[in-house]
Amino acid sequence: MKKYDVIIIGAGVSGCAIARWLAKKERTIAVLEKASDVCEGSSKANSGIVHAGHDARTGTLKARLNVRGNEMMDALSKELDFPFRRNGSLVLCFEEISRPKLEELKERGEKNGVKGLEILSPEQVRELDPAISDDIVAALYAPSGGIVCPFGMNIALAENAAVNGVEFYLNHMVTEVKKCDGYIITAAGEKFSAPVVINAAGVYADAIHNMVSGQKIKITPRRGEYCLMDKNCGNLVHSTVFQLPSELGKGILVTPTVHGNLLVGPTAEDILDKEGVDTTAEGLSKVIELGGRSVNGLDGRLTITSFAGLRAHLELHGEEKQDFIIGEAEDAEGFFDVAGIESPGLTCAPAIGEYVAAMVNEKYPAPDKKDFIAVRKGIPNMAEATDEERHRLIAANPAYANVICRCEMVTEGEIVEAIHRPVGATTLDGVKRRTRAGMGRCQSGFCSPKTLEILARELGVDQSKITKAGGNSAILTGYTKDVVESAAQDNASMAGNAGKQADVGKGGRA
Amino acid sequence: MSRREEEVVIIGGGPAGLAAALSAKKAGCERILILERDKELGGILNQCIHNGFGLHTFKEELTGPEYADRYIQMVLAEEISCLLRTMVTNISLEEDGWKVVTAMNKDQGLLEIRTKSVILAMGCRERPRGALNIPGYRPAGIYSAGTAQYYVNMEGRMPGRTVVILGSGDIGLIMARRMVLEGAKVQCVAELRPYSGGLKRNIVQCLDDFGIPLYLSTTVSAIHGRERVEGVTLTRVDENGKPIPGSEWEVPCDTLLLSCGLIPENELTVGLGAQMDAKTNGPVVNERLECSISGVFACGNVLHVHELVDHVSAEADKAGRFAAAYVQTEGRLI
Ligand SMILES: Cc1cc2nc3c(=O)[nH]c(=O)nc-3n(C[C@H](O)[C@H](O)[C@H](O)COP(=O)(O)OP(=O)(O)OC[C@H]3O[C@@H](n4cnc5c(N)ncnc54)[C@H](O)[C@@H]3O)c2cc1C
Ligand SMILES: Cc1cc2nc3c(=O)[nH]c(=O)nc-3n(C[C@H](O)[C@H](O)[C@H](O)COP(=O)(O)OP(=O)(O)OC[C@H]3O[C@@H](n4cnc5c(N)ncnc54)[C@H](O)[C@@H]3O)c2cc1C
Repeated sequence: MKKYDVIIIGAGVSGCAIARWLAKKERTIAVLEKASDVCEGSSKANSGIVHAGHDARTGTLKARLNVRGNEMMDALSKELDFPFRRNGSLVLCFEEISRPKLEELKERGEKNGVKGLEILSPEQVRELDPAISDDIVAALYAPSGGIVCPFGMNIALAENAAVNGVEFYLNHMVTEVKKCDGYIITAAGEKFSAPVVINAAGVYADAIHNMVSGQKIKITPRRGEYCLMDKNCGNLVHSTVFQLPSELGKGILVTPTVHGNLLVGPTAEDILDKEGVDTTAEGLSKVIELGGRSVNGLDGRLTITSFAGLRAHLELHGEEKQDFIIGEAEDAEGFFDVAGIESPGLTCAPAIGEYVAAMVNEKYPAPDKKDFIAVRKGIPNMAEATDEERHRLIAANPAYANVICRCEMVTEGEIVEAIHRPVGATTLDGVKRRTRAGMGRCQSGFCSPKTLEILARELGVDQSKITKAGGNSAILTGYTKDVVESAAQDNASMAGNAGKQADVGKGGRA
Repeated sequence: MSRREEEVVIIGGGPAGLAAALSAKKAGCERILILERDKELGGILNQCIHNGFGLHTFKEELTGPEYADRYIQMVLAEEISCLLRTMVTNISLEEDGWKVVTAMNKDQGLLEIRTKSVILAMGCRERPRGALNIPGYRPAGIYSAGTAQYYVNMEGRMPGRTVVILGSGDIGLIMARRMVLEGAKVQCVAELRPYSGGLKRNIVQCLDDFGIPLYLSTTVSAIHGRERVEGVTLTRVDENGKPIPGSEWEVPCDTLLLSCGLIPENELTVGLGAQMDAKTNGPVVNERLECSISGVFACGNVLHVHELVDHVSAEADKAGRFAAAYVQTEGRLI
């Protein structure tokens, strides 16, 4: 039995933010995550928007945490070194009859505490962003709207938690939570116990909650599909462009990403399957079609990849709940839910971390951790470095001169660093989310064999053991005949021939 | 930062870069430098171990590496300088017409090379899945045909056991045969268009001879499997390439290879500010194979996708001569 003061279930952005804030006090903390890496749930597939805060109903926890999270983002992104930019956002209004709704949105935002909201005329909008559609009648401008790298933030929080003593158990799916003088948790066949449990299990937060509480909740995954476009159209717009919700639905947004691509989406569709992150032909064509209403010159052919994420849409007592559930379950002392964290959960994450930590600290006080490390430095980024920085990095480690991913210019040095960080990468997707190797326009066609080789070398395993994203997702299935035959021959001729072994893996060209 | 000056810098040491270097040398240039990011010269030919190269140039059938080796030997004999494992990251223009090529490698770190003339020979890359927008999950087991070719021919590793290939370009056809020879089962090749983009001889030798069906006017409309590919849905398409409802059928497989075209690799060209051709995805060039920036030439797959390497060599031969002529008029270094 492994004992901790606090156990957090789920290593998405919520769980990792909570871990990081809880680690500011002297206590032992474990994070149990079913996937092979942090940031494998909703936190990896979303719009990456730091919302201003005008959407959520005034008075809700969502509204409060949104505005607070937005406020915290500048300082946090510097402290933990992840990409964030305040590019401002626009909500487009296409018909005069909808104008009152736009004004309502502005008022609500102001009540929520959002600063600088302004309704702009079409001319003002196009001065800001010339590619916006000629069909608009007005737009709500929010200067505090921003964009963030969702993986960058999630991983930064996890790394910082880890250097402050938080232990991460990956590939640990929680299958049982039992209440008995604290909680006993079973994950991947191992037993863990803690007086305090935080349920940050994303779309599965209902299953975890229902293991200990009689007041059942239900989470419906609401799928959102996206198209990610090539960097060569990344500056089509520089604000995040929303559409005012209408009969046609909630609207499709078009936004630049912090890395200079253009992102278009998401759709919204309730589905049954909590692993249903597949894209559909209808969804993807809808994304491009509706996105094209907002922005002139949106070209679907520039899509380099598409993906889908699941919002954790909550029902309580059979009714839709319009707010997050964050707090101690009424009938389970020490069990804290962080459930129904749908949009704007990414924006809220730092505020959720702060809020949950305050709640736990109040009930379960602990002394301050004197040597808490608040600052984390990210992996060097050769693509964005100046020539002097490049020179310095290469002088210290020549691997920074060996380009592995040509599209995004990621070097061996960066990949090795990503692998050896706290909670480091063990999969191709893990390397990709930490360094961007494979995220560019060729989508890893060129670099994946090389990244695979580096992963295997640095982790000290055979390449056949390396997966795309854990589980049964190995990249390679075996050797070619030449290699198998020459290995067999080598075995037959046995000793004295040991040198030949080195050829295994290159034998294909014989 | 290490600095040097050259008359002609050639970016890319594939067949285009090699042939261009040779002809520039023959036309009288002395200071020529080839920059290649791979560990060896030869470009994509190194992984094309099948026959069918050089019928025009050498009047015999060679494998890709053999064809490349002929040029490599000539380049070595001419004592043309090459830097391997060296990635060019930027090209810029100076006011006096000199070009500055920035590159890096493990031994020298950052390099800055001032040169009179540049020959672009960066080749092309394969079109990824996203560009095709195939719906479904994103499991392991989806590779471009060239990536699979790299695993099999360069690493001796198998990327799958039961394979469906989308796209009947030559690389797809050749990989169909290769996978079968290596013991995999190739279920079929699906091609969106009503005809194959591959050479007739490849269809006969790579598919027909092995009993692999080729479905024309067919595409992959969904990918199944969450961790590893478990199958794909194939669908017939109409004359506009739109799926015909009701025509779907499922094919089990653990691997989907995509052979859906090549795109010239022009980040550097775009960065330099050269005018681009939307049709070819390569730079616009004049009859001297010179881009909109004088003294910058392009040849091979970076200019437009070539079917046969022999044509690449012939074109590059010209580019090398024009670059040499440019250097002559601009004033030699020595
Ligand atoms: C389409 C879409 C668009 C969005 N856009 C935005 C946006 O632009 N801005 C914004 O602020 N927010 C946005 N969001 C919301 C945001 O993405 C989420 O609120 C946030 O990522 C939720 O994080 P989380 O940590 O709560 O959940 P998750 O990231 O899903 O993490 C939960 C983790 O728990 C793990 N887990 C589950 N069950 C178990 C178990 N039994 N044992 C162990 N581990 C388990 C999962 O593997 C997962 O890693 C969007 C969401 C979606 C789906
Ligand atoms: C998978 C595949 C299979 C093929 N099969 C056949 C066939 O069967 N028969 C046939 O006749 N033709 C075939 N071809 C076509 C033929 O191989 C190509 O036309 C030919 O190789 C193109 O030559 P190239 O020099 O333009 O490009 P490449 O051979 O691609 O060479 C480009 C070189 O530039 C280097 N480079 C790129 N960017 C940089 C940079 N920034 N810095 C430094 N170096 C850089 C690359 O590493 C590469 O070595 C095939 C092509 C491919 C892609």
